[in-house]
Formats: sequence, C-alpha cells, structure tokens
Amino acid sequence: MAMDKQQTQEFIAKRVARELQHGELVNLGIGLPTLVANYVPEDRNVTFQSENGMVGVGPAPDESNHDAHISNAGGMPVTILTGGAFFDSATSFGLIRGGHVATTVLGALQVAQNGDIANYMIPGKMVPGMGGAMDLTSGAKRVIVAMEHTVKGNPKLLKECTLPLTAVKAVKLIVTEMGVIEVNEKGFELIEINPEYTVEEVQAATDAPLHISPNLIDMVV
Amino acid sequence: MNKRITIEEAVSKIKDGDTIMVGGFLAVGTPESLIDALVAKGVKDLTLICNDTGFVDRGVGKMVVNKQFKKIIASHIGTNRETGRQMVEGETEVVLVPQGSLVEKIRAGGNGIGGFLVKTGLGTEIQKGKEVINVDGVDYLLKKPLRADVAILFANKADENGNLWYHGTTRNFNTVMATAADWVVVEAEEIVPVGAISPNEVVVPGVFVDNIVQGVK
Repeated sequence: MAMDKQQTQEFIAKRVARELQHGELVNLGIGLPTLVANYVPEDRNVTFQSENGMVGVGPAPDESNHDAHISNAGGMPVTILTGGAFFDSATSFGLIRGGHVATTVLGALQVAQNGDIANYMIPGKMVPGMGGAMDLTSGAKRVIVAMEHTVKGNPKLLKECTLPLTAVKAVKLIVTEMGVIEVNEKGFELIEINPEYTVEEVQAATDAPLHISPNLIDMVV
Repeated sequence: MNKRITIEEAVSKIKDGDTIMVGGFLAVGTPESLIDALVAKGVKDLTLICNDTGFVDRGVGKMVVNKQFKKIIASHIGTNRETGRQMVEGETEVVLVPQGSLVEKIRAGGNGIGGFLVKTGLGTEIQKGKEVINVDGVDYLLKKPLRADVAILFANKADENGNLWYHGTTRNFNTVMATAADWVVVEAEEIVPVGAISPNEVVVPGVFVDNIVQGVK
C-alpha cells in the first residue's frame, strides 16, 4: 500500500527516532527531521538543541504558554523543558563544532556513496544560504540523513554529488521510505528494507551501487 | 553614567556607507524600533552583518525591502524573497557565511583574536580563497575577524549603565555583537535603574554598551 507524503515522512521520522540513544544531545534540522522528536522511544531521555540558542527544546506552545521570545532555529514558537538552558549563538556553535552534539538529523538534496552531502543550494534556482548546516555536518559526531529516496523519480543517493557540497564524507546513515542505508567503506550498504519494496526496486531508485548487508532485515517502525 | 538616549538621537549617529551589525535570529531578539527609525531615515549604502535577513515585513528585512544595503553578510537569506531578488539582479552583494563561523568571526573581532581555525566548509565552495592550515595532522580553514562601525542590538532588560539581561532565545547574535562595533546601541524592552539587575544576572556587562534606547511597544 503506497503511503502519501505525510505518511512517508512520519514513517521515516519514526525509524530515525529509534537511532537516538539515551542521554544524547541531538540537533534536528527543519522539515521532516523536526518530526523525529515526536517519536523518541519513551525509555530514552534525549535532549534536543536548537542552534539559535537553547537545549531542552519542548513541544510547540498553546495559547496558555506562548512566548514570542522562545523560538526554534526555524523561527517557530517552541517551549523549553524543565532543566533546559538558553545561551548565545557562539556557545551554541561551540556545542556543535566541539563535538558535544552527538547526532544531527538533516534533510538532503543529494548524498554520495562516500558520505558527501549537498543540502543547501541549487545554483540559479534556490540559494537560501547554509545557515548552520555546514557546522552541523562537520561538527556533530554522527550525521543522519532523513529524506525521501528520490525526488520526482530521480535518485538522490548518487555516486557523486553534482550540487555544491555542504560537507565532505560526513553522512553515516540514511533513512528513507525504502530502507536504511549505512555509509561505510563499501559505499552504500542496505541494512534494512521496507518490506513493501524489493531489493531490485531499491537499487533501481539508487544511482550508486547498493551493497546488500548479509544481515539485511525488514525495516519496522 | 546614564546611557539612555532617544531613538532619534541613535539613528542620527548612523551614516550612509556604514557597516552595521544587527542582532536577532529570524526577527526574534531584533531591535525593531531602531530598524523602523532607520527605514524612516532612509540611510543607505550600508553593509549589513546579521545572521539572516528576516522577513519582508519583520526584522532587518524591512531595510532590505527599502534597499538600504549595498552588501549583506549573513548565513541565511531564504526567508526574505527580496534579498534573493536583489542578489540575482545584481543590486546587492550577498556573502553567505556558515552560521557558526559568522558568529565566531564577530566574537573574534570583538575579543582581540586575529583569526581562528575550523573544519566547517572544508572541501566546499566556502574554502575558495581561504588558507588551509594543518595543525597536528588535521586540516582547518582560517577564518578572519569581523567588526562594524555600528551595532544595533536588542535586550529584554537594560539598566541605565547598559548592563543587559535576556529572556528566551533573544541572546543569539546580540551578546557577541555587543563586543565588535565601534559604537553599540541597545534597544531594551524595559529600562530599569542601576542596581535593578543583579550583577549575578547580567548577561552582557554594560562596559560593552555605549547607549540604550527604550523600544516602542
């Protein structure tokens, strides 16, 4: 049964959430990655950072606790959990570059089989600027890409990126609606597959060769 | 020393061609009253240093729409279509800097640091024209400091000596920019007498701040 766009994004976010470890400091990118916060397993205490200056990011406020001076890196209103903290941008990027952020989850336009990532511009079309993405991809200990496997039917998992890079050899894991792909010394290794697809279908949607893990399992969320 | 001046006095100190730092992150923690006064004054050919260019109707984006910048140094311009249009049409020079490097360049400028080394941007277009320095076997890019003629900043609370207090995510670039301009003016939501902010709770010491203005509610 084919999933619609929202179901696809929720499916990916649910699977990414299981990658987050108890006690980790995590930074979620804008869009699909933001959904990951909704699905963290209850037995894990994960702290979220927002690079505009807070740790302990809580859910969106309602009318009773809305504060115009508390927002996330996308400029959207959020709340802060008990035990959280505010700080300036210099401290925030000290956390990121200094290796204090264990995991960042980001979207991508393209990922190459050596872990190169392009996610901040399409020359001549979309030049919004990199914001914090270059610092996150080069500074976080583990970079997870959460994205749909293709765009308009075209592969996003490539031999080499054709768009300007955000970082080189940065991505460790890719989660799409088709499966979970580890980026290692072999290149792309399919370690989990959504049972709705065959290995051949996943390969057909991937530009670079896909190595199939001998321990390939079904992707469950 | 009472550092309080009027918004009119503040904008009278900002001249055509100045390099200006503006605090705020997507129009949160932005000195909106000073920006409105600068839009009204129409000062032009400015170089802007700011995290982003806000929105067409909020934050420093209002000055972009009013075509007051000849050059913009920022990490993100995607929330203001007018900045992108001016860049594509060649009306305004836009320099994109990774956010962590941008704030650290400002910190360096204000703290007597002649440059610093980071891995951010290695192997990307950001590397172009920058020196790669190897330290103990690891490559880094050399980033240089940034300073400005003027910084216009926000604080939730200021005392008359310019000691600043913040609430929520309004600190962002404000606290760092306070160190890095020849003249620093802070728009406060609330101005209180000296002593009303405990020395333990001062976020930016008033010695960095030249003047304060009361924001318009």
